[in-house]
Amino acid sequence: MSMLHLHYDVPGDDFTRAGEASGDVKHKLKRLGYEPDAIRRVAIAMYEGEINMVIHAGGGEATVDIDPDKVDILLQDHGPGIADVSKAMQAGWSTAPDNVRSLGFGAGMGLPNMKKYTDLMEIQSVVGEGTTVHMVVNPGKK
Amino acid sequence: MPCACNMVEFYHSVTLHEEQCVGCTNCIKRCPTEAIRVRGGKAVIAPERCIDCGECIRICPHHAKRARYTQLSRMQEFKYNIALPAPTLYGQFNNLDDIDYVLTGLKEMGFDMVFEVSRAAELISEATRKLMDAGKLKRPVISSACPAVVRLIRVRFPDLVDNVLPLKSPMETAAAMAKQQAHEETGLPYEDIGCFFITPCPAKVTDIKAPIGLEKSMVDGALAISDVFPMLSSKMDHLTSIEPIANSGIIGVGWATSGGESAALLNEKYLAADGIENVIRVLEEIEDERIGELDFIELNACAGGCVGGVLCVENPYVAKARIQRLRKYLPVSQNHLQGGPIPSLMEWESGLEFSNVMSLSENLQEAMMMMVQIDEMEQEFPGLDCGACGSPTCRAFAEDVVKGGSRKTDCVFVYRKQLQQVASTLSALETAPCVLPQRDGEDCQRQSP
Repeated sequence: MSMLHLHYDVPGDDFTRAGEASGDVKHKLKRLGYEPDAIRRVAIAMYEGEINMVIHAGGGEATVDIDPDKVDILLQDHGPGIADVSKAMQAGWSTAPDNVRSLGFGAGMGLPNMKKYTDLMEIQSVVGEGTTVHMVVNPGKK
Repeated sequence: MPCACNMVEFYHSVTLHEEQCVGCTNCIKRCPTEAIRVRGGKAVIAPERCIDCGECIRICPHHAKRARYTQLSRMQEFKYNIALPAPTLYGQFNNLDDIDYVLTGLKEMGFDMVFEVSRAAELISEATRKLMDAGKLKRPVISSACPAVVRLIRVRFPDLVDNVLPLKSPMETAAAMAKQQAHEETGLPYEDIGCFFITPCPAKVTDIKAPIGLEKSMVDGALAISDVFPMLSSKMDHLTSIEPIANSGIIGVGWATSGGESAALLNEKYLAADGIENVIRVLEEIEDERIGELDFIELNACAGGCVGGVLCVENPYVAKARIQRLRKYLPVSQNHLQGGPIPSLMEWESGLEFSNVMSLSENLQEAMMMMVQIDEMEQEFPGLDCGACGSPTCRAFAEDVVKGGSRKTDCVFVYRKQLQQVASTLSALETAPCVLPQRDGEDCQRQSP
């Protein structure tokens, strides 16, 4: 059981609200006096994950557990799933439609960035069922 | 007794005039660092959180928030006085077509020398271009010109302190240049030369008393534009001749309005945001690396830029239009660095350091326990953010209760609930059978048939 347990519903198809959950986590970490670099990495990685859920999966849920030595982020959606996870992890690879790209999203950097900024990142995805992304950020690492 | 160093560190231009404060909720809800609470019917500003942005001065309907600034009489303390007008000053006058009217007017007011801050701004612009071309700065570079923004970053954006441009403000650079020139021309020692910035905002007043990036300011005082304006405009109306003093161009004067500093970089990969709420949104996005393609970020706490400062007399957009017109007839830039490295008088002596005043506790474990309590307690409040408790939001109120600055019953809704409970307990007692023995003169009616 973590010291601080946070849960968010991430609504789909609403770009104006994408980033609310990661923004709230960032704000809370700052108020806790968490290590600035860890806050930055959590904010970037979680925002990317949140945006992915909005763009590709019609929203989902975010669960964040905060402890002094780690921030554990679980993002779960019931979207279309990722057919080839290793391909999706390549920089520049994206299935985002044109209308999303015109908003500046869909550059294919989401998953690679999430991996880059976290100390642990795991993806489980089943086509037609959904995707679960698990990320951990440890303060003082990277 | 707090030590003197702390008092300087927490010097603020923005102050409360208690007798005028009615304890309304306007300022607490507007403050970008949640630095204000209403306690005992009066606003109280937390000095460690205040960034002197002036938002509370702008919003207060009772004029209880004011800016402290230097009085003109301070000039009597020096043998030689220099005026450092911010270019914003030029936008305050109707039908002005020559900046020298303003500058000559300042001399008529008693200043021995007038040195335009826009001259130094042109040098800062050139130095910024050099530093950016050399690739030595962390991108995106965030302007350090607005002291309220620098202080906002210091307390709210720990990860961005290294992105702030490590150059002194045009005001500070102008003061150093002007004092040196006055010293060389008159032979007077530096302490006999007074340098007065004519300021559009309280944040600059604070920046002189408690500077960031340098040990001690070269500026001796900040006169409010609103304070100087009546006397200056009257002097300007009665000028017999105009001295050719103005010596800056489009680039320097442009710093008065949002976008001016950026445009001077001659690099289109910039963004200029103004108004404290917009500034915060941009900083949040830089922090999340959502703004990746830009090299330079210009941020001004006031809407419109410095022309929107609370010590200006003119509507910021009118002032902006006037400055645009004035600039049209100026050369691009009249001040240039002499080649070689950037003069040390323009560089910060020390970097910006994060000041952790927003966190709940210095101990992470304790902060986490407090946040669990705050999250739980927040559910007990109505979520209206009415401010009647004296805290800006229900969330902030929960924090204040957990930290010990407030009681739950300061919330009118919690208070009403408790009153209702007391009332229902009382009425239950009233209808309860009287079981106590009767005393003289008392008569237990409910037991009587």
